[in-house]
Amino acid sequence: MTSYLTETTGIKSWLLTKDHKRIGLLFMIATALALMLGGVFALLIRFELVSPGPDFLDGLTYNRMFTHHGVVMVFLFMVPVIPTVFGNFFLPMMLGAPDVAFPRLNLASFYVYCAGAAIVLAALWFGGIDTGWTFYTPYSATSPTSVAIAAFGVFVVGVSSILTGLNFIVTVHTLRAKNLRWLEMPLFVWAIYATAIIQVIATPVLGMSLLLVALDHAWGLGIFDPSMGGDPVLFQHLFWFYSHPAVYIMILPAMGVVSEVVCTFSHNRPSSYRAIAFSSLGIAFIGFLTWGHHMFVAGMSVVDVGVFGILSMMVAIFSAIKVFTWTLTLKHGRIRFTTPMLYFFGFMFLFVFGGMTGVAVATSSLDVHWTDTYFVVAHFHFIMVGGTLTMYLAAIHYWFPKMFGRMYPERWGLIGAAGVILGFIFTFTPQFLLGNAGMPRRYWTYPPDYQWLNVASTAGATILALGLLVTLGYLIWALFKGPKAERNPWGSRGYEWLAPTPPPVHNFEAPLEITRGPYDYHLPET
Amino acid sequence: MNEFMRRLLMLPPQASTMARSIDYLHYFVIITTMIGAAGVAALALYFIVRYREGTGRGTNPPPDMRPHHARGGVSLWFELSVFGSLLALFVTWWIIGFSQFIRIWEPPPDSMTIYVVGKQWMWSFAYPHGGGSVGVLYVPAGHPVKLLMTSRDVIHSFYVPDFRLKADVVPGRTTQLWFEANQPGRHRIFCAEMCGPGHSEMRAEVVALPDADYERTIQGLAPAQISGPVQGLAIPFEADPPEPLSLAAMGQRVAAEAGCFRCHTVDGTPHIGPTWAGLYEATIPLQDGTQVVADDAYLTRSMMDPAAELHRGFLAVMPSYQGLLTAPQIGAIVQYIHVLGDVSRYPGEAPLPAPVRGTVPLVNPLEGTAPGEPRAAGPRAARPNPTGATP
Amino acid sequence: MTDHGHQGPAPRVAIQFQDLAKQEHAAHFGMWLFLGSELLLFAGLFGLYTAYRTRYATAFAEAVHHNALWIGTTNVVILIVSSFTVAWAVHSLRRDRRRTTLWSLAITMLLGLLFLVFKGIEYGIHFRDGVFPGHYYAYQEMPGHGAQLFFTLYYFMTGLHALHMIGGLAAIGWVAARVARGKTTAAYPIPLELGALYWHLVDSIWIFLWPMFYLTTG
Repeated sequence: MTSYLTETTGIKSWLLTKDHKRIGLLFMIATALALMLGGVFALLIRFELVSPGPDFLDGLTYNRMFTHHGVVMVFLFMVPVIPTVFGNFFLPMMLGAPDVAFPRLNLASFYVYCAGAAIVLAALWFGGIDTGWTFYTPYSATSPTSVAIAAFGVFVVGVSSILTGLNFIVTVHTLRAKNLRWLEMPLFVWAIYATAIIQVIATPVLGMSLLLVALDHAWGLGIFDPSMGGDPVLFQHLFWFYSHPAVYIMILPAMGVVSEVVCTFSHNRPSSYRAIAFSSLGIAFIGFLTWGHHMFVAGMSVVDVGVFGILSMMVAIFSAIKVFTWTLTLKHGRIRFTTPMLYFFGFMFLFVFGGMTGVAVATSSLDVHWTDTYFVVAHFHFIMVGGTLTMYLAAIHYWFPKMFGRMYPERWGLIGAAGVILGFIFTFTPQFLLGNAGMPRRYWTYPPDYQWLNVASTAGATILALGLLVTLGYLIWALFKGPKAERNPWGSRGYEWLAPTPPPVHNFEAPLEITRGPYDYHLPET
Repeated sequence: MNEFMRRLLMLPPQASTMARSIDYLHYFVIITTMIGAAGVAALALYFIVRYREGTGRGTNPPPDMRPHHARGGVSLWFELSVFGSLLALFVTWWIIGFSQFIRIWEPPPDSMTIYVVGKQWMWSFAYPHGGGSVGVLYVPAGHPVKLLMTSRDVIHSFYVPDFRLKADVVPGRTTQLWFEANQPGRHRIFCAEMCGPGHSEMRAEVVALPDADYERTIQGLAPAQISGPVQGLAIPFEADPPEPLSLAAMGQRVAAEAGCFRCHTVDGTPHIGPTWAGLYEATIPLQDGTQVVADDAYLTRSMMDPAAELHRGFLAVMPSYQGLLTAPQIGAIVQYIHVLGDVSRYPGEAPLPAPVRGTVPLVNPLEGTAPGEPRAAGPRAARPNPTGATP
Repeated sequence: MTDHGHQGPAPRVAIQFQDLAKQEHAAHFGMWLFLGSELLLFAGLFGLYTAYRTRYATAFAEAVHHNALWIGTTNVVILIVSSFTVAWAVHSLRRDRRRTTLWSLAITMLLGLLFLVFKGIEYGIHFRDGVFPGHYYAYQEMPGHGAQLFFTLYYFMTGLHALHMIGGLAAIGWVAARVARGKTTAAYPIPLELGALYWHLVDSIWIFLWPMFYLTTG
């Protein structure tokens, strides 16, 4: 029996593949490299911040480090990772389809991502960028670094994101197996679908804003230049119009993973399928109406502040609905405590706390103190690392047997997860306190009384890095030496588990007949 | 209790009148957040332990279960009450937070104005009487102070953690922040918007002084550094005058250099723009039929966006000075107009005032070209002039 | 939806689609999504224009005068006619009239090129007067910020549109080659239909740019 891994061999069969599963693996390698690069920049930042004065980086280089960390992590890892890896691999299988709607476009998406990443990396290498990943004007127009090239590179990566989103939307609409109705699709599909909508609508606006920045930096276009009558705050509106929905691009797929993991390992149906499916759409919709909360002190009118504040809080209600539903799914289940479940448990605390600090910063008077300080840095890392990264790791472990036909070592999995979660908590909890104490973000040097919190945070970062390295180590070991996996080691009712392990090139041996729901744990598996 | 929470959360001293109420809201929000997150995690942990495989508590759901409903589900009323309360909680936070925000933003009418300029990588301050300081902001404790701020180059942000206050400082426009230091003390000022390699060193200090000391300290300051190339206009500015000038006299100088007297007179003579004589705090009619008092705010707005509130009877030909004048320069011009408020707007009815204190003679706008004429004088000069006088 | 002719090889249904109808639906749906994203690319620019126009209303109205109305309007007519010709191409291909299809496509491309020529002429007039984008702006007649921003937006938006026009020309050319080689036929006209849709988008965007930069004189 050949699988998608062994059916054809040779480097060309991988680099020119149209198989969504192989493309998913190509993205997995690329995004993992991006994660490691972003992590290196993060460690450089944390080590520089161990002492209040300059250590081994000068001011301009330090500014480059946090900018590179942000750009690489956001655009090359967080935004693409779960959709391009697990969305690519499992979306068709969850719909009972042999591939995505546009396989060649899918491959093109990968190469456009690579091209964009190459341009960004070239910019980072030759001159770097020091504007922060937010590229605020007028500094981005006058900075002595390679802003134009980097901005253009991000624009190209954005094109890849749009193409992926487009592909997934059409796939969900047109490739569902016969008898598979919308309200019977796995919840991961709903999450990817909602994400894809945001990708298609929001990314072009970012592309345009960065194009304007690139031309301003390279050729003095000056649309936002006050000496030309331009308004630098307008750039912020355009930038955040994408970049706020972008954070929902980053979290919605992770929430989709949570739904799958919770149901499988509780051996239970979700306590309300519709609540989760529709709240994904709700988050996508309201997420477009909240961008101004990044600009409470930037010079907006008081009315704007009020409107954006209340809308921002509304998004949290949708997330709360999901958390509530997931918690109740555990009740009366038959729970297996595996590595994905440990990550889920970490998620429940970290995402909920991070999300509620989001409501806190949406409270306008409090945000006046907190904005542009380490409080906000801690808030978004709680969601992005505590939320998305934990569930990315959960997804790798959960779907590892299906993707590779092997099992990972469970005990090492738990150790790695504990290291990641604890390391994370020690890295970022001190940063909430630093923000309260008034330490602004993007600070290379700081007053000495902030030092001990910075040292604590750096210690946590080291533990986090170790946890991730351990995880990488045993996963690579498991790829080659892990025990062979059976078709459905978790007893999941998800449709992807009906395929052989690992799946053949067109996913199922025969066209999939849907005769039950994906969470029908009251029925036997087949 | 307040002190305990403040120290636990590592908040700085509550040095402004707004800080304490902001912190109370902070405590409310953060305690609820911690309880909520811990509660959810604890409940999840409880379920995970209680229903783990092997305890036999969670068996397969019965085959006749209705679709889309799980046994762990709760009634719709329960769900609605949970989310209803959550929504009510968020709305409560929003109401309190937004009303505080409005108070943070609206300065009291008796605020004293100080002009702030942020530039890479320093803060400079100009006081109403004409003095200036760099890196230290002197304010009287117990009095509200309004800061009018602008940037010379890129976006900065003026942040005083002890006051819990922050506002971005943007080039090309004036932003505002007010506070009242509740007692004398020193407080850190940080720049909170990434502005280049010197960003983390762009620091300053607020020094709040008791009334008696404040006057003394302020009078001892050197004149505010408001000379220097006006951004965008290629005007050579002479070096700082040897003896201190009042802010109004400096305003007269800036107005001359910026070309204001091409259109505005100071003695009541009608010209292209409204005369500045008797203008200050007069009630003037606007194009759209309403009226407005020509106070500090109106005069400042008119320099930034002249067409927005145009004086009735005048053409919309005034250019905008946004980005061309710094905040202290604007303040100086406004101060000059203030002094001219005593001059009659109707020439012939009252004698002209004594020359403004200082050594600079009045510039007659009708003679010679003022510095700052645009490069191409031809087409401009050919523009029709409503009063018929040649510029 | 369409009445396919009987000529040409039977269209291949890719393995991921259950039938031909699904495949065609997917192709059209995907194209519309792509057009939506292109529209959003310009939407932010329309927003920028609106914001600056509100601030510099008089200057913008005056600056519109400088743009040659005859060129702008000629270009509108050119594009509308070209949209007609490309629609005629689709219509002809569905009725299996290959020659008419190819002629219509050729005229479409010619009109597109003509559009670009007129655009080039117009830019040339601007350069002669010193109207350059951004910091290079040197037009003595209208030295203010409002006019400078107007023309900078003008160059960026019409330039971006021209780039899309070039892309459209490439797409139409590629489809025409397929029709000529007999690979896109009445049995499966989808590539031409999608190319035509893209052309219509490029046309529609110009229909919005035209009043913004040529008609709204205050």
